[in-house]
Amino acid sequence: MNRFTHLIEFFRLEEPNVQIVFAGVFLLAALSGLVGSFTFLRKQSLIGDVIAHSILPGICISFLFAHEKDPLFLLIGAVASGWLSTYFVDRISSGSKLKEDTVIALVLSVFFGFGILLLTMIQQGGYGSQSGLDQFIFGRAASMTRTDVLILVLAFLLISSTVIVLFRGLTMLVFDPDYAGSSGFPIRILRSVLSSATVLTVALGVQAVGVVLMSALLIAPPAAARFWTNDLRKIVLLSMAFSVISALMGSASSYTSTGLPTGPWIVMFLTFFALGSAFLGRKHGVMRRLIRRRQNAWKILSENILKSFYYLSDGFTTQAGYSVAMVSKNTGINQLKVRFGLLLLKRSGSMNRSQGGWFPSSDGKIEALRIVRKHRLWELYLSRFMHLKPDHVHEDAEGIEHIITPEIESELLAELGFPSTDPHDNEIPEITEMP
Amino acid sequence: MNELWIIGTAALVATSSSLLGCFLVLRRMVMFGDAISHAVLPGIVIAYFLTHNKTGFPVLAGAALTGLLATLFIQFFNRKVRLQIDASIGISYTFLFALGVILISLLGPNVDLDQECVLYGEIAYVPLELIEIIPGLSLPRQFWILLLNMLMVTAFVRISYRYLKLGSFDPAFAAGVGIPVALWQFALLGGVSLTTVVSFESVGAILVIAFLAGPPATAYLLSRALKQMLYLSVAFGITATILGYYLATLLNASIAGSIATVIGVQFLFAFLYVRLKRNSLLNTPEVHEIK
Repeated sequence: MNRFTHLIEFFRLEEPNVQIVFAGVFLLAALSGLVGSFTFLRKQSLIGDVIAHSILPGICISFLFAHEKDPLFLLIGAVASGWLSTYFVDRISSGSKLKEDTVIALVLSVFFGFGILLLTMIQQGGYGSQSGLDQFIFGRAASMTRTDVLILVLAFLLISSTVIVLFRGLTMLVFDPDYAGSSGFPIRILRSVLSSATVLTVALGVQAVGVVLMSALLIAPPAAARFWTNDLRKIVLLSMAFSVISALMGSASSYTSTGLPTGPWIVMFLTFFALGSAFLGRKHGVMRRLIRRRQNAWKILSENILKSFYYLSDGFTTQAGYSVAMVSKNTGINQLKVRFGLLLLKRSGSMNRSQGGWFPSSDGKIEALRIVRKHRLWELYLSRFMHLKPDHVHEDAEGIEHIITPEIESELLAELGFPSTDPHDNEIPEITEMP
Repeated sequence: MNELWIIGTAALVATSSSLLGCFLVLRRMVMFGDAISHAVLPGIVIAYFLTHNKTGFPVLAGAALTGLLATLFIQFFNRKVRLQIDASIGISYTFLFALGVILISLLGPNVDLDQECVLYGEIAYVPLELIEIIPGLSLPRQFWILLLNMLMVTAFVRISYRYLKLGSFDPAFAAGVGIPVALWQFALLGGVSLTTVVSFESVGAILVIAFLAGPPATAYLLSRALKQMLYLSVAFGITATILGYYLATLLNASIAGSIATVIGVQFLFAFLYVRLKRNSLLNTPEVHEIK
C-alpha cells in the first residue's frame, strides 16, 4: 500500500524534484531512442559504449581547467573527448589490420583508464568541489537540476529537427551507404552529423544513468523495435516509445523503493521489452519465424499428398478413393503425417472423404496438376539447359516444385518452347477445368 | 617490498589477460571479453553474499560462471533470435551488469562491495592481506590467487595451443578435422571470465579489458606469427604494468588507470611506427605514377 501511494505520488508530479527527474529522464530516453535507431541500424551499437566510457577524461580535464562543476563546461569537455574517441576508432580501424571490435575495446578501455587516472588525481589533489564528479561513471538521475533539463530540451530540439530535415539522407546512410555515396549524398557529412548526435546524447545521458546503462538505452530500444517493423519511421518512433516507457517505469520503481538506483531498473525494463519483442515481434520475432516455418512445412506436406493422388490415379483417370496407407506408401511419408495433411486439405476444401477413401476435389485436382506440372517443367529445364541426365533431375525438382512462382513458371514455359512432355516422356499436364 | 608485490600482482593479471586476449583479437571476439568483464558483477555479488567476504578460489570460479552466462546470452540472441552481434553483446552485458548493481543495493549491508571497486579495483591494498600458503611462506592473498590463475591460463594455452590456433585462423578446417571448436572457444571464454573475476578486487574490470585488447593489439601490429604475437603481447603487458606503476606513484593517481594509459601510449607508438614504415614503403615513384 505504501509503495502504491508512492507510485501515485510519483506520477502526480507534485514534488518539484520529481518533476525535474521525470522531465529529464523522459527527454533523455526519447533522445537516445531516436539516435540509437540509427547507430543500431548502422550496426554500430557499441560505438555508443565507446563514447560513454570515453567522455570521462574530457570531463576531468574540463574540471581541471575550470576548478568547478559548471555543467556547460563539463559538457563541452565530454563532447570533445567523446568525439575524439570515435575519431580514433575510425582512424585505427581504417588505418591498420586490426578489426573494429579490437579497436573498440582498446579505445574504450584506454580512454576510461586515462579518465580514472585523472579522476584519482583530482580526488587526491585537494580540489574543493570535486565531490560528485564520479557520478559520471554511474549516474544519479535523482540529482538532475533545472539547468540539466534545459540543456536536454535544447539538445532534443536540435537533434530531432536535424533528423527530420536530413531524414532521407540518413535513411540512405543507414541502409545502403555505398549506393548513397555514389548517387551524390554527402555521406561524410551525414556520418559526422550522426556521430555528433550520438556523442551529444551520450554525454548528456551518462550524467543521469551512468556509463553502462547509457549503452543499454542506445541499444535495446531500437533492437526491440526492429522485430516489429521494417519501416525506418516506425522503427524510430517505436524505439523512442520503448525507451521512454522503460525510463519512466524504471524511475517510478526506483522512486517507490527507496535506495534502489534508477539506471539499473531502466535497464531491466529495457531488457524486458527487447526480450518480449524478440519473441513476439510481428516482423522478425522468434514466434513469427516458427509459425512461418511451420506453415511452410504444412504447405509442402499438403502439396506432396495432392501430388501422390495424381500418380496413384494415373493422372486422375480413375475416380476411386485411396486409403491413408496407400498414400503413405506412395509418398514415403509416415501415416500420422499423411492423416494430418489430409485433414488440412479437407479443411481447405481440396480433399473429399467417402466410403472408398480419400480423393481430391476439383480444386485439389487443379492444385495437384499445377505441382506436377512445375515438377516436370523443372526436370525438363535441368536436362535441357544444365545437361543433367534424366535420372538425376527428380530429386532437385522435388524441392523446387514448392517454390516456383507463376512468374517463374511462365518464364520456364517460354524458355522451353511450351513443351508437352518431360525428360521421362511423361505428359506435362495442362491446367484445365476439372469435373 | 610492497612495491614489488603490487607490480607482481598486476603483472600476473597482465600475463593471463594478454595471453587470452591474443586469441580473442584473432577471433574478433574482444568485445566478448568486454561483455564478460561487466557481466561477472552479479556472480561476484552473490559469491560475496554467500561467503561473507571469504573469497577463496572455488567461490570465485563459481562467480565466473555468470561471465559464461553472458556469452550464452550473446550467442542465444545472435543465433536463435538473429539479432546482430553488436546489439546482442550490448543487451546481454548491460542486463547482467544492471542486475549486479540491483543486487548490490538489495543485499546492501550484507555485501561489502561497491560498483566502483569492481570497475577499477584497489591494488594498493594487495600487500596488506597476507596468508600463509605453506609454513614459513606468507604471500598476499591476491597475489596467490592470481598466481594460481596465471598458471592455469598458461597451462591451458600451452595444452590447447594447436586447437586454439587452428580454431582462430581456420575454424571450418578445424571443425573438419574433428576438433571440437565450440568447446575450445567456450573454454577460452571461461578463462577470460575466471581471469576477470579473480582480478577484479585488485585491478578492476576495466584494466582486464585494457589488457585483453591493448597488448595483443599492439603485438598483432608488429608480429607475423602467433607465437611471436603471444610473447610480444605478454612482454608489452608486463612493461605497461611496470611503467604504469611508476606513472601512478609520480602523479599520485590510480594504478589501474595509469597502466591502461601506458597501454594506450604503447599502442599509439606501434600504430604510428607501422604507418610510417608502410608509408615509406609506399612512397616509391612507381606507386605515385599509378593514377
